[in-house]
This record gives sequence, C-alpha cells and structure tokens, in this order.
Amino acid sequence: MNQIRVLAAGAQTTVQDLGRFGWAQFGVSASGAADELALRAGNLLVGNTENAAAIEMTLVGGAFEFENDAVIALAGSDFGAGLPLWTPVAIQAGGAVRCGPTRSGARCYLCVRGGLAVPRTMGSASAHLATGVGGRALRVSDLLPVGDGAVRQPRRAAAPPPFSRDATLRTTRGPQAEWFGDELYRGVWTVSQESNRMGLRLRGEPIPSPAGHMLTEGVALGAVQAPPDGQPIILFVEQQTTGGYPKPANVISADFWRLGQLRPRASVAFESVTIEQALDALRANERWLHSL
Amino acid sequence: MLVTFGEEISAPSHMAVRGLTAALAGARGVLNLHPAFASVLVEFDPRRHTHAEMEALVRAAIEDATEQALPPSRLIEIPVRYGGEFGPDLEDVARHHDLTPRRVVELHAGAEYEVYFVGFSTCFPYLAGLPEELATPRLAAPRRLVAAGSVAIAGAQAGVYPLASPGGWRIIGRTPLPLFDPAGEPPPVLRMGDRVRFVPLEEGVH
Repeated sequence: MNQIRVLAAGAQTTVQDLGRFGWAQFGVSASGAADELALRAGNLLVGNTENAAAIEMTLVGGAFEFENDAVIALAGSDFGAGLPLWTPVAIQAGGAVRCGPTRSGARCYLCVRGGLAVPRTMGSASAHLATGVGGRALRVSDLLPVGDGAVRQPRRAAAPPPFSRDATLRTTRGPQAEWFGDELYRGVWTVSQESNRMGLRLRGEPIPSPAGHMLTEGVALGAVQAPPDGQPIILFVEQQTTGGYPKPANVISADFWRLGQLRPRASVAFESVTIEQALDALRANERWLHSL
Repeated sequence: MLVTFGEEISAPSHMAVRGLTAALAGARGVLNLHPAFASVLVEFDPRRHTHAEMEALVRAAIEDATEQALPPSRLIEIPVRYGGEFGPDLEDVARHHDLTPRRVVELHAGAEYEVYFVGFSTCFPYLAGLPEELATPRLAAPRRLVAAGSVAIAGAQAGVYPLASPGGWRIIGRTPLPLFDPAGEPPPVLRMGDRVRFVPLEEGVH
C-alpha cells in the first residue's frame, strides 16, 4: 500500500472529509473540511468520490513524501508548492510535495487519488480538534496510508472558483433577526486571530445588545451569533451544537467555503439575501463543481 | 429548520423535543438534529430537499411522535468528589445560600435529575431537577479551563463537563466517571431522557 510520510507538519494540518453527521444530538458537531468546495473539487479532479479523506492545511502548509507513485491535486489557496492548483499532478515514488505559507486564503487541500485510508470514527475520517474525535493534527513522521477508492479517471485542470482575500458573506435572516437593526450589514468587520475551526470571531463597531431573553437552542453551521460584547461570532465546522446567544443572521450554505478561506485580519462584510437567492447561489456552486 | 415548542423550560416542551428527536433520528434527508430545552434544530441538505418537503416530514413526525415509544429512560449514578480542589465553588455556593457545604452536597445528591438534552460541546448534559434552594448565578467571568468531569450548576440547571473546556458554571465537585471517549462511538454515557443521581464519594466531602 502506498503511504504518505509527513516531513513537516505546517501550522495546523489535519485529515478531513466532509464531516460526521448524525451525532449533533450527542453534542458532537460535524467537523469536516473548512472549505468543502475545495475538498470536493480536489477529490473529483483526482478521480475520487467527493467525500474521500484528504489533507487540510491551514495558513502554513506541510511537506509530504510519497512512498510510491501517486496522483494528487492541490485545491484551495496557493501555499507555494510550485505545482499548479486545481490540476491533477503525477508524483514519482520518493517524491515530495512541499508547501509553505499561504499566498492567498487560509486553506489548501492535498487530495490524493484513492483517498487517505485512515480509520473512521463515527463514520468519518475528519479530525475534530476541540474534542479529539477523529484524531489530532498531523505531526512530523506520521504515516498516512493511501487507499484504493478512486472511482474514475483523473480530470483535466479546473478554473478556480472566484476567490478574494476579503469576503462579502451572503446571509439569510437568523432566528432572532427581528431583535436587531442593520448594524451587522453596515459594519466592516475584521477576522480576529482568535478564530479557529469552532468559530470565526469578528472585530468591529459593536452591535447593540438586544433586550430579548432566549432559551439555549440548536445552532447551525454559519450562524452569526451576537454575544453581549457585540462582536459577532460565526459558528464554524467544529461548532458547539447548542447556544444561548441571539443570532441576527445565518451565512448561506453556498458561502461556507469562503469562511474556510478567511484568514486573520481579513475584512468581512455581510449582505442580506432571500432564501431563493441563497438556493440559486448553491446551484451555481454545484454547476461549477460538476463542470470539472 | 428550527422547530420550537414554546419558550419555556417545561416537562411538556421537553417531552415534545424528545418525541421529535426520536422520530426524526435516522430519517431520510435529516443530516443532524440539535435538540435543546424547547426546540429541535433540523439540519438538512438544501441541494436534495426543499424547505417544504422537510416541513412536511417534521409535521408528520410530530404527529407520529405521540404514538411512538421513546428510547428507555435509564437511571445513571454519577459518583462525585465534592468540594476542595474538585469543587472550587462549593464554599461560595454554600455562602450564597447561607447553607453549610455539607448541606449543599446533601441537596445536590438528594435530588433526581433528568437529562433534558445533550449539547453545547460534546455530550454536555443539561440536567433539570436542581433543588430550588441551590439555584445560583453563573460566575461573573467564565474560567478559562474547567477540568473534565467537573460537576456544575448554573441558575436552575445542573450539568457535568465531559471534557476540559472553558466554562462559567459553578463547580461543586468532580466525577471520575468518564462521560465521553473520543475514540469510542456514542451513544454516550448520558442520553436525553435518562435520569441521573449524584452519589458522593466520601473522601471528597469536606
């Protein structure tokens, strides 16, 4: 079996697929790729199913040596590997892929033809770092077995999805939207250094605290919470499953991938859209993906 | 899709939440269920199902839920070392209510609780049934790190931290019983609808 040896681990490198579902009622959130669109595209490019396990790198990439010949694709942001992104690339036995600091957004995926054959916990290979479910961040000398789960021939290169370092996030109304004015939409927000896979913390002109009282309730991926200090928190892939802060808005599913590419100090603005517009945007993502 | 059953913490709301969660667990199109005090968040894949389809599924499930047998409610005993290094807030809680620490332990361990839901972060059980005499506000500023197994109260709620995490609840003891094993498969030790009793481990009582 082919293996990948971790020569350098990078800042926060993990194994991710599209996440584990069905366990939120036990307080375990899905985790999964922070930029699900890049993971899905990378997997399709090398001939895998969309959900195959791959390597997720964050801000500073790692270096990886391949025991045998392999076909890989790098998808997401440019981590300076010197290889074309969004393109299947053949790696010779003994060859290495060396990534460095990002030159664009926060995440880059290394997808290998066949997928990573790592153990699954609760149906997923995704590491959930906050809880330890599905393993930890990768370290030097870790060995990742490569599976044989490819389902078709590798594709041609793809045009990347539209990406800019600063993002306008499209949102629909949150469960407590009527408690809030338009401060969220008027503000320009900065992604804080304290952001992680649990949540993106934003800094800006505080949103006034609403007067209402709410019970703790279920919270969704992309929910924009407004805690008493008025600094929004966007719940991300390792989110808590329930929460008691009011939520003026919810980032639309079509823009979840943008959350995964936001790096500290990036600027964020919010734009309110209708449910129909949100669904149109989701269909546009799928069209791009299926054009690969 | 957020399904709400009133805006109060109550036994009828809880039963409705339990019923809907049981009825929808594993249903086609449902990715995840997030039950809470009086609501269930139903996650679905909008690429596969419309909001109207899911609403119809949820309405049918609510009707079925009244007839469907709920998962059995088990009685789980949780051993606790109260006070001292294990329960740094026990003395404060006692002072707040003008009780002795021993009396706080008697009250806390004398009650039977019900797991209203499991959520927040990894198998945190929200327990109803805290004696009214013990209702205590949260800490003014949350602790940066609460030890795994910490037995805690906040307002009228009781709970146990399954993993080390930040937290603002008042810590009165700690259980050596592991509530969560990241390498294992849930269902976890405590499930929605289970009943809970805390059993003092003598060496921990001050």
